[in-house]
Amino acid sequence: MADVTTSQDVVTYRDSVAEGIAREMRRDPAVVCLGEDIGAAGGVFKTTVGLFEEFGPERVWDTPISEQAIVGAAMGAAMTGMRPVAEIMFSDFLACCWDYLANEIPKVRYMTGGQVTVPLVIRTANGGGLGFGAQHSQAVENWVLTVPGLKIAAPSTPADVVGLLASAIRSDDPVVFFEHKGLLASKGAPAPDGHVVPFGEAAVLREGDDVTLVALASTVPLALTAAERLAADDSVAAEVLDLRTLIPLDVAAVLRSVERTSRLVVVEENPYQGGWGGTIVSVVADEGFELLDAPVKRVAGANVPLPFADALEDQVIPTVDKVVDAVRSLTKY
Amino acid sequence: MTDTTTATGLLALHETMSVIRRTEKAAHDLFMSGLVKGTTHLAAGHEAVAVGARAALRDGDYAFATYRGHHHAIAWGATPEECLAELMQRSTGLNKAKGGSMHLTKAESGMLGSYAIVGAHLPMAVGAAWSARLRGTEQVAVAFFGDGATNIGAFHEALNLAAVWRLPVLFVCENNFYMEYTPIGAVTAAEHPAAGRAQSYGLPAEVVDGNDVVAVRDAVARAAVRARAGDGPTVLEAHTYRHYGHSRTDPGKYRPDGELERWLERDPLTVSAHRLREAGTSGDDIAAAEHRAAAVVERAVANARAAPEADLSEAFTDVWADGGAAWRT
Repeated sequence: MADVTTSQDVVTYRDSVAEGIAREMRRDPAVVCLGEDIGAAGGVFKTTVGLFEEFGPERVWDTPISEQAIVGAAMGAAMTGMRPVAEIMFSDFLACCWDYLANEIPKVRYMTGGQVTVPLVIRTANGGGLGFGAQHSQAVENWVLTVPGLKIAAPSTPADVVGLLASAIRSDDPVVFFEHKGLLASKGAPAPDGHVVPFGEAAVLREGDDVTLVALASTVPLALTAAERLAADDSVAAEVLDLRTLIPLDVAAVLRSVERTSRLVVVEENPYQGGWGGTIVSVVADEGFELLDAPVKRVAGANVPLPFADALEDQVIPTVDKVVDAVRSLTKY
Repeated sequence: MTDTTTATGLLALHETMSVIRRTEKAAHDLFMSGLVKGTTHLAAGHEAVAVGARAALRDGDYAFATYRGHHHAIAWGATPEECLAELMQRSTGLNKAKGGSMHLTKAESGMLGSYAIVGAHLPMAVGAAWSARLRGTEQVAVAFFGDGATNIGAFHEALNLAAVWRLPVLFVCENNFYMEYTPIGAVTAAEHPAAGRAQSYGLPAEVVDGNDVVAVRDAVARAAVRARAGDGPTVLEAHTYRHYGHSRTDPGKYRPDGELERWLERDPLTVSAHRLREAGTSGDDIAAAEHRAAAVVERAVANARAAPEADLSEAFTDVWADGGAAWRT
């Protein structure tokens, strides 16, 4: 992971989750939180520390281990004037309430002809790198991408956590908000007051003319490190795009970058089969075919369950080496 | 709100039930003549549950129903014309022809949807009740569901959470004794699939005659009083019977001979007509109410048939709150 810490980098990604929620709870009394162990315990990942103390039990609600009830109740509350922020502890557990994400929340506005809105946020800890094994480590943002009607955010920096949470909670549409477990301890610059990051705007974190690296959440620092190594060792200037949200998807930014670089590598932690990189490259193949000087590459999770051992996990998730190798294969093309 | 404890009030309930019955008959006939596509799950026989419950509740309360939900939509203010136009894929349909029979919704009057994944809406009703409490209103939320829903996880998660949080929510089971094609008793370990489970969650429960609009109204009224007083949820199990099969393609052959006939003797409209006569309402007044209901549905069919087909542009509206469907830049 990139060692890009500076003297400005004083807040953690983890603390920024609670900060982002707290800012919205202060400005809007309709914002309420529910989830397992999120109250006095502060969340199993300590991402809700301080909320219960500041806002009390009428706005921060501990629930049983009942994912369907958590997300279903959030939906009912969202349809009736509240802005609930529901936590599903590990993103793997979205499968326990998948009906709500696949059939209920994304469809109800459409199938009622616009009679209801569902302004809710489902926050969840996503991804590998911490040795939690196959049922607590998957990157599953691609699950949600299969469902029209859900917005998807997955920040890579503490400031983006706050800014994207602000947009998510203020959104009148349902949002699934992926907090990457591997980034929780990472540090960055604090979000300025009133910081709001709009959905659908990728960030260009490093400019370059030779290859475009499209990344999200945990793969952003990985792509940045790969870009540094490519610059030092190969004199290759990689441009790094952080998509920040998958829906809306900023394909215009990807196409603009590929127009400059003519080469594209997508770096995604979810599995290659059905991963979001497939959508990116299909749009580029369709609308940017003539911009390309080389095939497109996807550095993605392997099509296996996540293994437990660190050394095995490295085999199947994207690493800096894999990104560097993919870029080299393109620059030689 | 009409005072439904008077003969005049009861006659209004009878008339609404009659409107529902005739709407269901019209839906059935339109289906058979090819004007309704897809599927329908008709609620003929269940009218008293919907109408009795609505009569006991206040404007501003919330209802969540199932794919067998035409009766609830109408009880909560949808017109037969809006409903039939929806079934017939007309632009004037209740859901702009984007929902169909299984998703009738009248949100402006608190009927927040008909859901076709069994049991999914019980947690939603819990959430609406939670919202009412958070906003400090006296609203209650009601989930109507079938006996089959009592064996799915969401039912149990919803009852538990509602009980723990002591929320103003009513769980009203329309027990028609069949889980699709299978007798509910054959697949359920509790004698009373809904009421029999309530005790596990420390919730009060009542088994109600679901074909008697007055019995339903009174039971729901008692439960609503408890809910509004902060005393938490109630489980009601209303025994009723569907006159048609499970869905459009089901003739209901699995039902033993004579069962339907026995239930028809306790048809909700027969029961309410009997109550009306006991309360002194004349046969002429009852007949007049039924004629009004027939006229409403007859007009609804004609108007829905004459309405324009679904507006093609609606395929790409209402995904997002801004009205659109854009997923990319």
